[in-house]
Amino acid sequence: MSHHRLEAIHLKYAYPDGHEALHDVSFEATHGECVGIIGANGAGKSTLLMLLMGLLHPGAGTVRIGEVELTRKTLPDIRKRVGMVFQNPDDQLFMPTVGEDAAFGPRNAGLSESEVQEKVTAALSRVGILHLRDRAPFKLSGGEKHAAAIASVLAMDPDILVLDEPTAGLDPRARRRVMGLLESFSHTRLITGHDLDMILALCPRVVILREGRVAADGPSSTLLADSELMEACGLEVPLSLQPCAKCGYVGHRKCQVDMPQTGGSPCESR
Amino acid sequence: MHMADALISPAVGGIMWAVSAGFTGYSVRKLTKDPDEGIVPLMGVMGAFVFAAQMINFTIPGTGSSGHIGGGMLLSALLGPVGGFLTLASVLLIQALFFGDGGLLAYGCNLANMGIFTSFVIYPLVWRRIMKKGVTAKRIWWGSVLSVVAALQLGAFSVVLETFASGRTELPFSAFVVLMQPIHLAIGVVEGLVTAAVLTFVWQARPELIEPNRAHLQAGVSLRKVLVVMGIAVVLTGGALSLFASSFPDGLEWSMFGVMGEEEITAAGTVHSTFSDIQEKTAVLPDYTFKVPDGATELTETAALAGTSVSGLVGGAMTLVLAGLIGFAVTRFRKRETHA
Amino acid sequence: MPDVSSAVRDMHRMEALARSNTGVHRLHPVTKLLTVLMFLIAALSFERHAFGRLLPLFLFPVLTAALADLPWKPFLKRLLFVEPFVIGIGILNPLFDQVPVPFAGFEAARGWFTFLSLFLKTTLTVLAALQLIACTGMERLLAGLHAMGLPRVLVLQVSLTYRYLTVLAEEAGRLLTAYSLRAPGQKGIRFSAWGSLAGMLLLRSFDRAQRIHHAMQLRGYDGHVPLPPGTMPGMADAVWFFGWSCWFALVRFVDLPLWLGRLMTGG
Ligand SMILES: Nc1ncnc2c1ncn2[C@@H]1O[C@H](COP(=O)(O)OP(=O)(O)OP(=O)(O)O)[C@@H](O)[C@H]1O
Ligand SMILES: [Mg+2]
Repeated sequence: MSHHRLEAIHLKYAYPDGHEALHDVSFEATHGECVGIIGANGAGKSTLLMLLMGLLHPGAGTVRIGEVELTRKTLPDIRKRVGMVFQNPDDQLFMPTVGEDAAFGPRNAGLSESEVQEKVTAALSRVGILHLRDRAPFKLSGGEKHAAAIASVLAMDPDILVLDEPTAGLDPRARRRVMGLLESFSHTRLITGHDLDMILALCPRVVILREGRVAADGPSSTLLADSELMEACGLEVPLSLQPCAKCGYVGHRKCQVDMPQTGGSPCESR
Repeated sequence: MHMADALISPAVGGIMWAVSAGFTGYSVRKLTKDPDEGIVPLMGVMGAFVFAAQMINFTIPGTGSSGHIGGGMLLSALLGPVGGFLTLASVLLIQALFFGDGGLLAYGCNLANMGIFTSFVIYPLVWRRIMKKGVTAKRIWWGSVLSVVAALQLGAFSVVLETFASGRTELPFSAFVVLMQPIHLAIGVVEGLVTAAVLTFVWQARPELIEPNRAHLQAGVSLRKVLVVMGIAVVLTGGALSLFASSFPDGLEWSMFGVMGEEEITAAGTVHSTFSDIQEKTAVLPDYTFKVPDGATELTETAALAGTSVSGLVGGAMTLVLAGLIGFAVTRFRKRETHA
Repeated sequence: MPDVSSAVRDMHRMEALARSNTGVHRLHPVTKLLTVLMFLIAALSFERHAFGRLLPLFLFPVLTAALADLPWKPFLKRLLFVEPFVIGIGILNPLFDQVPVPFAGFEAARGWFTFLSLFLKTTLTVLAALQLIACTGMERLLAGLHAMGLPRVLVLQVSLTYRYLTVLAEEAGRLLTAYSLRAPGQKGIRFSAWGSLAGMLLLRSFDRAQRIHHAMQLRGYDGHVPLPPGTMPGMADAVWFFGWSCWFALVRFVDLPLWLGRLMTGG
């Protein structure tokens, strides 16, 4: 299914105040792929996502979804196929209840009320928050808000999902839940974030941005472990890929050398 | 300056509702004709901003007291008169519903006192005139203070007029004016200064937000048009209501006699109270005559004071107790229902 | 408005009350709104000395509270915040109208009755408005208003304001906390920080509005507001509206307390 493909070709963008946020960004995500987009603060991740969604218009270059080029004319069509989850769910949940919020997109698409309700039910059940349907967004926990924001995008049946820092500000359990959810999707996914362990777990491939340019594009297990590259891009090798300071083993989180009860063998990978 | 329901009569409330509805309709038309769809979310968030900002206490230098942000003028300066007016309307609605600040029937009064004057009179007359030659920090300060003071003076005077026309208090017109205007002069100066401080800060950080960038919304709305519309609305509704009021008594009397029979009404009390009963019954649209009653009318009115006689008192207390008992019984009954 | 958190908390409590599911909650929002309007018109049409005759109107808030399982405390607390303004104006009445009136064997200035009347009317009208929202909820009330002709743009705008009130109030609260931590002992915001404190909040609000607009655009918003279709009022609505209207009319046109009192005292 080629329409699940997303392509950025030589994208350039400068903000109205003259600040050049993106210089030349090209990459491609194919059907069902999950691609991480990482980079230091201000590297241009959010700007890139806004260009992909047609919220900003590139100074040069093109965005292609499937075989369709993103232009003003194709914009409404493309937005039906690409869904974006914002970094702050409060920006996205603008309707008075979770159910109403999920219904906003389908209603705009002109579906009949019964179809709208069907989509809403399906989307809320998919993320496991059907019981929150009539709740007001301001009464939800952070994790529930993230789930609701994802549901409101799912209700539009997109082929491609774009998520800006989906685990920011979540506690470990909520983070796990959101990650499990994202892992279970079969959509083509683009995920940005500073939570590199999350990126590593979800995305087999990463694109690293540095000062508005693609610094590297490849398998996450190699790129994220390349401390020189990471350093140069203002990032750090995620904990799970750092060699243990005590025993040098890579691939587990915590060294148990100091724990007497573990007995002879120092570090046990988990 | 929220007008409470208790201070107005239905007639005054109705007229002001009609006037405000006219301005709201006009603003909505202007807004929807416009392709700038980004204004609606902006208005929504700015309404919430006014709410949040009203919770901030600004200490007034040299005094121990503090003031608040007003909102109306700030909104108009940022969103244009039409956007500012509608945003204030939503703020007032939420205040009335959730906080009891300003009543539902008085909603039209409040919208007029705080919104219409600010957006459709003061904005074009004062603010836009001052800003016409270009925005400077000094003009923002002068413009804000003058606009807010003028708007509050108009609004306060309007509160006096509405209260007075409703005839719900004994305050003489002059005393009420003397009470309201100076207080609102002081409030206006403080609110104006706060507004100016905020607008200057925003102007320095993001000048494009203040300069008339949303020109299509800020333009238009001539003062003459506003006054004409307002005048027509008042005359029309006022006329309709007084027609209604003058023809209603007969109809009412007739129906009361029809229902109960003449004898019963006369038998119900002394001649005095019957007379005044009828007089009061007919006053569905209350006596918004401005005269202070004297002599004979005074007597009957005094006698008509419901609840001043012993039986009236007993009856009043009884009704309260009865209402309470009914409520209590229903609550008990419902509890048992849900338990069973 | 007291402080940020308590105002927001009060609002959330109302919203929570509106989520229960009693018969009153299930009534059509338009029915409830119209009934409250009838109630207000009845209460406010009493002339300025009316006092005893207002009392039977209390049946409405009392019965609404009982039927909708509404507590009294939060409403009375709100009332305490609102009452002072009217009392402030009302307390002057005895000064301006000193015509003596016989009152249960005593004589009182007639202004006192005006004052009492104002007090009762405030209590009645504020209770009615607060109870309306507490047994309907903002969202359903807006749907009702929309059905009565409130334009879509306004519906969306009010619901956005309502939605972001909490978010911005919390933001304002954080700003104030940050300020007061660095300015211990200050009660308000000092002059030099006036512009920057509220101005920061305002700029952030602008940015937020922009992001919200983006989120709306991404889900197909193009200036046209999609709203759920309205429902129709049913039999229960008719009973509620006409039942109460009859009661209000009865109270308005017949001096019930006087009749009841005569009945009891034989006077
Ligand atoms: N509205 C704006 N106007 C001008 N410059 C901007 C604007 N938004 C972002 N920038 C600049 O563009 C650059 C890229 O910003 P962007 O938000 O895309 O970064 P990011 O990679 O998402 O960072 P973060 O990890 O902090 O979210 C930054 O240097 C930023 O300062
Ligand atoms: Mg970002």
